[in-house]
Amino acid sequence: MYLYDELDRTLVGERVAEFRGQVARRLSGELNEDEFRPLRLMNGVYLQLHAYMLRISIPYGTLSSAQLRMLAHVARRYDRGYGHFTTRQNIQYHWIKLEELPDAMADLASVGMHGMQTSGNVVRNITTDQWAGVAPDEIEDPRIWAEVIRQHVTLHPEFSFMPRKFKIAVGTSRHDRAALRIHDMALQMHRNGAGETGFEVMVGGGLGRTAFIAKTIKPFLHKRDVLSYVEAVLRTYNQFGRRDNIYKARIKILVHELGAEAFAKEVEAEWQSIKDGPLALDEEVVADIASRFRYPAYARLQNSPAELAEAPGGDRRFEAWIGNSVAKHKVPGYAIVTLSLKPEGGTPGDVTAGQMDAIADVADRYSFGEIRVGHEQNLALPHVAQRDLPAVWRALNAIGVAIPNVNLITDIIACPGLDYCSLANARSIPIAQEITRRFRNLDLARDLGRLHVNISGCINACGHHHVGHIGILGVEKNGEEFYQITLGGKADENATLGTLIGPAVPYAQVADLVEDIAAAYIELRERPDELFIDTVKRTGVEPFRERVYAAR
Amino acid sequence: MPLVKQGHIVEDRYIRVLDDAPIPDGVPVIVTAERFLADTAELAAREGPVGVLWPNNRKVAELEPWLGRVALVALTFPKFRDGRAYSQARLLRERYGFRGELRATGEVLRDQFLFLLRAGFDSLEVTKAADAEAFAAAVSTYSVFYQPSTDGRLAVRRRRLPPQAQATGREGEEAGQRHFEPR
Repeated sequence: MYLYDELDRTLVGERVAEFRGQVARRLSGELNEDEFRPLRLMNGVYLQLHAYMLRISIPYGTLSSAQLRMLAHVARRYDRGYGHFTTRQNIQYHWIKLEELPDAMADLASVGMHGMQTSGNVVRNITTDQWAGVAPDEIEDPRIWAEVIRQHVTLHPEFSFMPRKFKIAVGTSRHDRAALRIHDMALQMHRNGAGETGFEVMVGGGLGRTAFIAKTIKPFLHKRDVLSYVEAVLRTYNQFGRRDNIYKARIKILVHELGAEAFAKEVEAEWQSIKDGPLALDEEVVADIASRFRYPAYARLQNSPAELAEAPGGDRRFEAWIGNSVAKHKVPGYAIVTLSLKPEGGTPGDVTAGQMDAIADVADRYSFGEIRVGHEQNLALPHVAQRDLPAVWRALNAIGVAIPNVNLITDIIACPGLDYCSLANARSIPIAQEITRRFRNLDLARDLGRLHVNISGCINACGHHHVGHIGILGVEKNGEEFYQITLGGKADENATLGTLIGPAVPYAQVADLVEDIAAAYIELRERPDELFIDTVKRTGVEPFRERVYAAR
Repeated sequence: MPLVKQGHIVEDRYIRVLDDAPIPDGVPVIVTAERFLADTAELAAREGPVGVLWPNNRKVAELEPWLGRVALVALTFPKFRDGRAYSQARLLRERYGFRGELRATGEVLRDQFLFLLRAGFDSLEVTKAADAEAFAAAVSTYSVFYQPSTDGRLAVRRRRLPPQAQATGREGEEAGQRHFEPR
């Protein structure tokens, strides 16, 4: 956990007071909606189809049990009893009333939470691996760097009105679990020949109307230079990013139009003039921030304790869950437990207030009071003693979040779509729900193996459809919902954009098509353990197209 | 449009001169960037302070050679959300060492004031009278800042260190420059 001090708390409190004043000016008519919009957008408040939506940032995906209980309270008191975890380590409430927003924010502020950096043309919530600090393949805890950057870009006087939003992700493991390469800027830690750690800097990734994988502009950046380099990138973008067309305003377009090399040169020139200035990071400053992260006092335990040998009541579901949702921890005798928020027929990422409270209790009892939020719209308990796994399973199973479908075809990433969002062209959630029903048979889902389905209800791609193994994009054709399907996308260290498999199909045919794709995979795979994504890579989409579209 | 300078609503002494109009002597004037760059010698020879209205899509580096002869630089915010001039302001102050008046023009609203001051502006042509009157309240909204800047306030990451370490850092040196004292 990162512990806020008096200074952090003061700032969040001042933010609430400022927003209360802005809402009062809006309600009194002193501000019209046009003037209020950029102000509310700096606090995570959107106007959606039916109501205001409030997005709260969960920096680097780390939550305390007290914070999760507060999220439950906000869901109950100001919303309709649930919240929605997004693909960027945020939570959204979709039914907030404008006049109650300041009170909701004040309640959140009491546990150090806020909506800063969750909307508007600023640096958004800095995201990272949800297994930060506990992943066995990690070089260093990425959250320290995410926090260093988070502080620096919070209410930044120069970068609060950029051409468009700016998303940064930080990774320090060999495996990319934070979708780094689809970010505006990504920092990937490496160790150089001299044994020092530093960051590879990538820029210009992003999905939406024009999708790009980020390009490397600096192979190795020393840690002392992280802030000055971020500043140089932002300054270059702020001045030269396009402002004439909202669809061309992201940094990816600037990088694409200039070319990565020319962009890197601009940044380098800017960086050379500021790198030895006030932004150069002293070790003591980084050490001070690192010291505010608290780590659990782990017990000395052995891996695979006797308690795991026997499932509770011989329950097969427990074994399935252990095999699917429990991952290796860097400390012996501990495990990372993923909580699937993808029940059959459910909305991906939705959690009720009751579930939040119960998860907070489980975290207090079995995970040192800590919960993580991942970009796949699932939660995790990062510090569970393996001997406690049976008890944790019972507790999670009782509230419906011990579904052993993590990384399977029913573990779908989906945006809110036309059910909520004013930008959407088509529904996402009912498509996800139908797919979870079609693949309700766990043996079938397990046989299909790792398979990521991503659904977006419009070209803005909040459901990251371009990088889904199966990507589903809702479009509108003559007033009807149609869906384009892509195959072979991935968001990890080998990030790739998916390839369109054929013509768009109407709403009613999407789940059938996904079933046909799954059947085609079973037919096409070389061995049962050749993953879907590897089969697509080997064969290309053509054999899938032939099989799936033959009868259409 | 009220002008707020050093925290007070004041009368604007400057006269804006359109591109081809003759430039009056003896009074402070603001001319466009084109006019300024075309008539640099003439402007330097005349009596009275000269200001330049610099567009937000032109590099301020072009202005650098003349900064010693310019009393005022006016930067523009064509829209509230067009933030290019924040970068220009910081470059003028921090890289090119401009010490004259740095004025924000265009759509300048209350909720930008603090950002503007921290980016180095010291005079603001405020769009709404009510906002200008609320200046003092608007700029005291926050007491905690995460970034070092030329307004002299220490960034949080420095404030957290013991007193001797606060002063010795690179940020301590820069804190000497103060353009504006909010309270």
